[in-house]
Amino acid sequence: MQILTAILMLCGGIFCFLASVGMLRFPDTIIRMHAATKAGALGSGLMFLALASYYLELSTSLRALAAIVFLLLTAPVAAHLIGRAAYCTKVRLYEQTKIDELSYACDWHQGEDTEDDT
Amino acid sequence: MGMESQLLEIAGQITLVLLTLAILISFVRLIIGPDQADRIVALDLISVLIVAYLAALSIYTQEKSFMDVAIAYALISFLGTVALARFRERLARERGGRENLGQEEDS
Repeated sequence: MQILTAILMLCGGIFCFLASVGMLRFPDTIIRMHAATKAGALGSGLMFLALASYYLELSTSLRALAAIVFLLLTAPVAAHLIGRAAYCTKVRLYEQTKIDELSYACDWHQGEDTEDDT
Repeated sequence: MGMESQLLEIAGQITLVLLTLAILISFVRLIIGPDQADRIVALDLISVLIVAYLAALSIYTQEKSFMDVAIAYALISFLGTVALARFRERLARERGGRENLGQEEDS
């Protein structure tokens, strides 16, 4: 069981490291969010799985599983909020971006009728 | 048994070194990020990495209470990220949503 813990912990560390490398080297804010949110949440989830498989008690492992569920619930919400804020403030997109399907979505300059979602 | 715990210790050391390097690399992006949104994404990644670091430290030092610290830190960092994103969005909306705030700072 300690071998499984070691493998899960190493995989989590490698995923977290790859997330930060993608954070440094990707060319665009939106593309960087791809690396940061997905690989970061996966790395932390693997680390909590290693924690659950290391202690193997009911209370500790249940708390670790609850932490994984919380991470998987909150990471998309935070990523969605950051992505909407970044896109709607006209962040610079990558030069080779071909399709921009949201280019009509946030027209704040036409009126203040979008205030109701705050 | 002794070899397995030694393997776990070596794995813990490698993982802690990798996580420290990851936090340093994303700190570079936090400093040089050309836009404010880049800095918010970098802060979000750093807080997720600190949660992973606390979980790895809980295995490495065999101290269970670090896991509670990690869960509490995950809750607080989510609130902080949401607050930063809402703040930036509201600031852009008050300015009309047309201009890029980060590039406005650069020029």
